[in-house]
Amino acid sequence: MPEGTVNQGIGASVRRKEDKRFLIGKGNYTDDINRAGQLHVYFLRSPVAFADIVSINKQKAEKASGVAAILTGEDVAADGLGGPICGWVPTNKDGSAPSEPPHPILANGRVRYVGDHVAAVFAETLDQAMSAAELIDVTYSEMPAITDLKTAIDSTQIHDGMENNTYFDWELGDEAATNDAFDKAATIVNVDIRNNRVIPNAMEPRAAVADYNTGDGRYTLFTTSQNPQLTRLVIGAFMLNIPESKFRVVAPDVGGGFGSKIYVYPEEAVCVWASKKLGRAVKWTADRTQAFLGDAHGRDHISEVKLALDKNNRITGLRVDTLANLGAYLSAFAMVTPTYLHGTLLSGVYDIPAIYTNVKGICTNTVNVDAYRGAGRPEATYLLERTMDVAAKQVGMDPAEFRRLNFIPKDAFPYQTAVALQYDVGDYEPLLDRAMAMIDYANFESRRAKSAKNGKCRGIGISTYIEACGIAPSAVVGALGGRVGLYESAVVRVDPTGTISVLTGTHSHGQGHDTTFAQIVCDKLGVGIETVEIVHGDSDRTPFGMGTYGSRSLAVGGTAISKALDKVIAKGKIIAAHMLEAADADIEFKDGKFTVMGTDREKSFGEIALSAYVPHNFPHDRLEPGLEETSFYDPLNFTYPSGTHIAEVEIDPATGVVELVDWVCCDDFGNLINPMVVEGQVHGGIAQGVGQALYEEAAYNDNGQLLSASYMDYCMPRADHFPSLKVENLVTACTHNDLGVKGCGEAGAIASPPAVINAVVDALSPLGVTDITMPATPQKVWQAIQAAQTKAAE
Amino acid sequence: MYSTKYVKAKDIDDAATIMASAEDGKFLAGGMTLIPTLKQRLANPDCLVDLSACGLSAINDDGSSIRIGAMTRHVDVAESALVQKAIPAIADLAGHIGDRQVRNHGTIGGSLANNDPAACYPAALLALGGTVHTQNRSITAEDYFDGMFETTLEEGEIIREVSLPKPEKAAYVKFPNPASRYAMVGVFVAKFADGVRVAVTGAGEDGVFRASDLEAALDANFSADAIADGTVSADGLMSDIHASAEYRAHLIGEMTRRAVKACG
Repeated sequence: MPEGTVNQGIGASVRRKEDKRFLIGKGNYTDDINRAGQLHVYFLRSPVAFADIVSINKQKAEKASGVAAILTGEDVAADGLGGPICGWVPTNKDGSAPSEPPHPILANGRVRYVGDHVAAVFAETLDQAMSAAELIDVTYSEMPAITDLKTAIDSTQIHDGMENNTYFDWELGDEAATNDAFDKAATIVNVDIRNNRVIPNAMEPRAAVADYNTGDGRYTLFTTSQNPQLTRLVIGAFMLNIPESKFRVVAPDVGGGFGSKIYVYPEEAVCVWASKKLGRAVKWTADRTQAFLGDAHGRDHISEVKLALDKNNRITGLRVDTLANLGAYLSAFAMVTPTYLHGTLLSGVYDIPAIYTNVKGICTNTVNVDAYRGAGRPEATYLLERTMDVAAKQVGMDPAEFRRLNFIPKDAFPYQTAVALQYDVGDYEPLLDRAMAMIDYANFESRRAKSAKNGKCRGIGISTYIEACGIAPSAVVGALGGRVGLYESAVVRVDPTGTISVLTGTHSHGQGHDTTFAQIVCDKLGVGIETVEIVHGDSDRTPFGMGTYGSRSLAVGGTAISKALDKVIAKGKIIAAHMLEAADADIEFKDGKFTVMGTDREKSFGEIALSAYVPHNFPHDRLEPGLEETSFYDPLNFTYPSGTHIAEVEIDPATGVVELVDWVCCDDFGNLINPMVVEGQVHGGIAQGVGQALYEEAAYNDNGQLLSASYMDYCMPRADHFPSLKVENLVTACTHNDLGVKGCGEAGAIASPPAVINAVVDALSPLGVTDITMPATPQKVWQAIQAAQTKAAE
Repeated sequence: MYSTKYVKAKDIDDAATIMASAEDGKFLAGGMTLIPTLKQRLANPDCLVDLSACGLSAINDDGSSIRIGAMTRHVDVAESALVQKAIPAIADLAGHIGDRQVRNHGTIGGSLANNDPAACYPAALLALGGTVHTQNRSITAEDYFDGMFETTLEEGEIIREVSLPKPEKAAYVKFPNPASRYAMVGVFVAKFADGVRVAVTGAGEDGVFRASDLEAALDANFSADAIADGTVSADGLMSDIHASAEYRAHLIGEMTRRAVKACG
């Protein structure tokens, strides 16, 4: 870095470049986009959970003011359209293929959840479309709704031919070795776990604007996507049969996704289809009710967990049997989330010689369930970290020390788990030690006593987590049933005057890539951050890439950028060698200058860029002009962030209200590019995890009606629910990517729920409470106290 | 929302006249319930009669009571020096309704006319033994509430103002619904020379009600200790995903104790 300049490179807490446009209202979201002559579409949704459609009478509606067309499942079938596909299909334990029932983009003869798409009404205005939808007369022949995970297996087939309403029955691990561990165990710990169903609640609801140009036969779709290239591939190749070259998909500014905007939903495909069919651009924006009813929900597991310990309290075996509610249709990553993103994480940060897990993916009359911030890993972490606390209590050990005893030791890396993953690097004890010091764990009992004097129950809860992010390599993904590659792409385009555009296949919808990725460029090329633009989200501009989810963007996408930058530097050195009349090997690049080593002869980066595009004095015999390099990077392994989070709560036993009074965490994300952005990601993740632990619940009743379908009944975490979060980091650098980085986007959501619930149970344990399910609402806490007191009185 | 006709009435008589000529009109006060209802197409009135220009916003002290105009916003009640001095519990209640935006629009008359079973003001009116004054008559609190979202207001009847007798002591304590922040249980305790009145909102299947057992215990001894185990029957209380009737019954006892303590 040149002297006197502000550090904008790797490790600097640079303020986010993108914030200005958001703060002054100059963002450009899908709903901000309008096309000349556009129609508005409103989706008539099923009011019942499970029914055959006897008839749809749309005659009256078609004549309503402003209506251009009404399309139904019959039109979809007539045009031979496909539905959203599943992107990763693991094999059943008996070697057979899972069920992939069709998902028509408009219901054809049967509706399977409240909110299922029955008809698409196109009109000049949204109000006209909504009014016309009310005139459509649909006769349903209702069947009893199937919403309960345990009884779904014995109920009516939701999809004809899919037995036991089971999409798949999958296993991982060595069952015989695990059974053996239990046979020989000194202690067996049994825990029933419920991972509550949550609703993603991205601030910006989903939206789409589709336009078909009859002149050149090209479609353009603007949509709220975390991975516009995948959207193009799925809609183009699998649903509407549009050549990719004739299909541009743009995900402009997107206001949060948390997983829910990974998948292709029926609405955007209907917009694209109708834009050609009706010869008009089509616009759709979900309202909040549609978001509650229609966005893929998260979590919703029930698990039976068994842990075997030897006489020294070392873990010898773990068995987990899980039922995962996947909803009425299979969403893109519904099958991989509870399997390969869940079962493979069951070893956590612990040395567990034998693990076996069985997961059944169950179909119910509820909206689809898919990846939600953390995707399988929070579910694995929650059940494991709750079980660690129950086990510690059962054997009379401090939960911190029980964890420490079972940690994978620092010298055991690379560590092969019993569930397929090989952790490359990690060091868990310092993270635990630091977090315990941060919260003054040693003196907790005096704080508990002080709270008790005020009539409050105080508790402390630990979560020592690992996550696997940056899913890879593609070859392994493919071998395990993945239908996608999981590399990432980058183009570094240096302009003649030395400014730089980086075209990435990832997508930023709140993560701060405009800043973080630019810092990598600043660091490598020694240029100022203002000279760097990050371009993402437009299939006409960016190379094919896989988008943003699974905390992959930096570890995979950032590494691709780094590799493309290395190519730029390598080419620049050859140009510099030519211009400086030196040997390639004598050129070094530092602080934005190419220098002949040991001399003061140098060319600036800008001079080299200009020479590449005005190649008058240029090594034409060795190089083509221009300075633009591409990298497609396929990692060798996942990255494995880890850390310790500790929560402290105070509970008012008279009301059951849980107050979070302190939070500390010490995470290992490898090298940090922008510590401030990382801290923000951790804060957001913790807030979401605390939301799941204390407040959020997608509640369906027996009729399959979503009871928590608005903010009147769905409780989101609020700023005043939180103490100041204390966030620190330690670093073990990832061993297999150039930047030594891991991933931080999901960690908070993965680590926090068990920390909260462990703290709540710890607080209530003096009253005899031994367990509580998420969310630990005031009512549930109060009921748990009542039940424990009744039991004690008996 | 459906399209509708919007009319701003000049005064209360004008409002009544316009309403009489509408087929299915609605009075618009602060609109904090009505507007979201319209936006969700859950109501389809042919006419909205806006009461904001009817001169119904005022706060006065008539010695034994305070009188609050129907269109007085929550923020104005909360910040009124008069209310803070005369019945501080009312200022406190108004200052904790909804959020800042709601308090800047919502009105006492709109809240009482809507009689949401989880609204705060009904508890105050009933506990203080207040009176609702319309363009035609005066209705005591006892005669005013008529079940969930129902009142004895007749078609076209408009609340002009509300009078609230000054108690010796009063306090309102609310346990908010975790999601909506409406009262899941709200208890208004008012101590008068001739007895204690305890009104409960957020909990009853028929809306706001008086907790007579708690009142009797507090009449005998106005202290939280007097109702240490006090509660109400769960019969007739609401049950939903946030709170069972039993939990609400428990919270009524607890919030009442807290309100009595807050009375000082």
